Amino acid sequence: MSILMTLRIALKALNRNKMRTVLTMLGMIIGVGAVITMVALGTGARTTIEERVKSAGTNMINVNAGNFSSGGVRMGQGNSTTLIPEDATAMRAIPGVQYVAAGANTRAQVIAGNQNWSTNIQGTDVDLPLIRSWPAKYGSFFSAQDVSGAQKVAVLGSVVSNTLFGEDVDPTGQIIRIKSQPFKVIGVMASKGQSAMGQDQDDTVFVPYTTVIKKLQGQQHINNVTVSAAQSDIINDVAEAIRVELRTRHKIQPGDADDFMVRTLEEMASVQTETAKTMTTLLASIAGVSLLVGGIGIMNIMLVSVTERTREIGLRMAIGARGKDVLLQFLVEAIVISLIGGMIGIGLGFGLSAAVQRFMQWPADISGDAIALAFGFAALTGIFFGFYPARKAASLDPIEALRFE
Amino acid sequence: MDRADLAAVAAAAEADGNVSIPSGTVISVRDLTKTYQVGDIEVRALRGASLDVKKGEFVCVTGPSGSGKSTFMHIIGCLDRPTSGQYFLDGKDVSRMSKDELAGIRNTKIGFVFQGFNLLSRTTALDNVELPLLYNGGKDRMKTSERHRRAKEVLEIVGLSKRMDHYPNQLSGGQQQRVAIARALINNPSILLADEPTGNLDTRTSIEVMDIFQKLNLEHGITVVLITHEMDIAEHGTRFVKFRDGKIQIDEQITKRRMASEELKLLPPPDDDNSHVPPSVAEQKQQQPAAH
Repeated sequence: MSILMTLRIALKALNRNKMRTVLTMLGMIIGVGAVITMVALGTGARTTIEERVKSAGTNMINVNAGNFSSGGVRMGQGNSTTLIPEDATAMRAIPGVQYVAAGANTRAQVIAGNQNWSTNIQGTDVDLPLIRSWPAKYGSFFSAQDVSGAQKVAVLGSVVSNTLFGEDVDPTGQIIRIKSQPFKVIGVMASKGQSAMGQDQDDTVFVPYTTVIKKLQGQQHINNVTVSAAQSDIINDVAEAIRVELRTRHKIQPGDADDFMVRTLEEMASVQTETAKTMTTLLASIAGVSLLVGGIGIMNIMLVSVTERTREIGLRMAIGARGKDVLLQFLVEAIVISLIGGMIGIGLGFGLSAAVQRFMQWPADISGDAIALAFGFAALTGIFFGFYPARKAASLDPIEALRFE
Repeated sequence: MDRADLAAVAAAAEADGNVSIPSGTVISVRDLTKTYQVGDIEVRALRGASLDVKKGEFVCVTGPSGSGKSTFMHIIGCLDRPTSGQYFLDGKDVSRMSKDELAGIRNTKIGFVFQGFNLLSRTTALDNVELPLLYNGGKDRMKTSERHRRAKEVLEIVGLSKRMDHYPNQLSGGQQQRVAIARALINNPSILLADEPTGNLDTRTSIEVMDIFQKLNLEHGITVVLITHEMDIAEHGTRFVKFRDGKIQIDEQITKRRMASEELKLLPPPDDDNSHVPPSVAEQKQQQPAAH
């Protein structure tokens, strides 16, 4: 008997009991739909992280002061006092370096009128908006003169501006107080949202780093340097060159540990991407279980079907069906159920992903891999779970089958 | 296989010194035995049965239950293989064939009619009749139109050409059995094997079905082997075979053959032969749950 004929017989048999066919299919539909949706959500999360990294500047390199140890007591990262403004200046000479912004941070209560807000005071350099491709919403970023003169000027992050002055209010020209010192607001940055690390990048106040170290902190060292490479493909070379330069400048002997940390954003992002990948795998596995349950459902129904149709099988054998023909018929029935179920499941997966994306604002990204995987798995499930009932049908004795009540 | 082939095969078998098969013999059974092992007990269902059935005969087989007639019929129908003995169907030894070969023989050489009709439910009469054509081993595979033509032909023979698009549950018991007969005929079998074909039918319908068997036998020359335990049904044949204790006890020609067409004239006119009326509850109960 030809495959086409077997297919036709199987379709007729399935058509004879539509309700049961549809219910059996439902297991496959939900299984495949769940796998596709879960993978889509996982992939969507990963894509979002990657996009955030890109928007933060893929060729960004962060140099942080290392840990500071004094008499065996090790302070936390960024507390080392060895990173100084001159280090940042020296980095400008390294080939491939495009922008350099020295940074010195502190936390402080910011006061404007009768409002106050505890926020991050980021002392930085004029290059920062260029490195981060970050435009100002109102006013402008501070100038090189402000930095060299350690002027008390401030550029607010949008969250700080909204908190202190209200939404959609241009606060340029106003005076805020940081650690009891008056700062003139000269600009507000556009909103940038969460960073790749999950921090709110808008909850901050930018001031010249010179102002932080001289006027606010009274220190000689800086906490970090933000560098951008001219192209993203040379980022690792540039990072290495910075490391070598800093070791020389800090007179670190070979074999001794760095007193600073050089990290590229990609490195940081890869950790997060890995996390997202793990999540995707986890979600897909859970969804895979439902696919498995769907498969067992097929086997269950096929077994019931074989018992119920014992007389039919006996009759088919009596009129000339070989064991092989019967096996193939039931196998094809199972495969047809799982494949059609799989196809509907793909549709369901698309629908669910779109719905989640739309109503829950979750990014979803349907990948061809996930579709192929789910569909292939559906077909395999059909063959695997259809085989046992089919073999049971094929091994029936026609005489016994015809007598079956 | 035509007659010349048949003779050649028979001659070849004779030359081998095995068995001599008279020409024109469709079924030739020699010393058939069948022993079942049921737990520790050996059940000897057949203890040496020999029978020759010529082409065009109408053999009615009877016997009490346990007499071996069912086992005999299963072997004749190639559903089972004998423990010993030989069975030549159309001159071909089928007693030692493999399961798949037997399936092929059943498909092309044997037409089965069962007590319970065994029609596929939710499948039209036409599709039911075509079913054996789907299993013809992929050899001379037929086009759909050709299959339809053949199915219509045989439905015509059993007088059901107007009901070919009906489903089994829209047909009376007698009509269902006629569909089953048409299905048995579609591959032009060497023998029509009927196992209690009237067991589920009332008297009038039984005679109607016997009428069809007789017509097929007389007008189309089809060899019929019919198993029944009702004597008046058995008397419609040309030959009477009775089994007892796994052996053939009586084997004789029927001299006063009953003719179903005559009997029908004597019966009151049919009151159930209109398909426009939906089948009664009793008839629905008779249908077989062959497929769901």
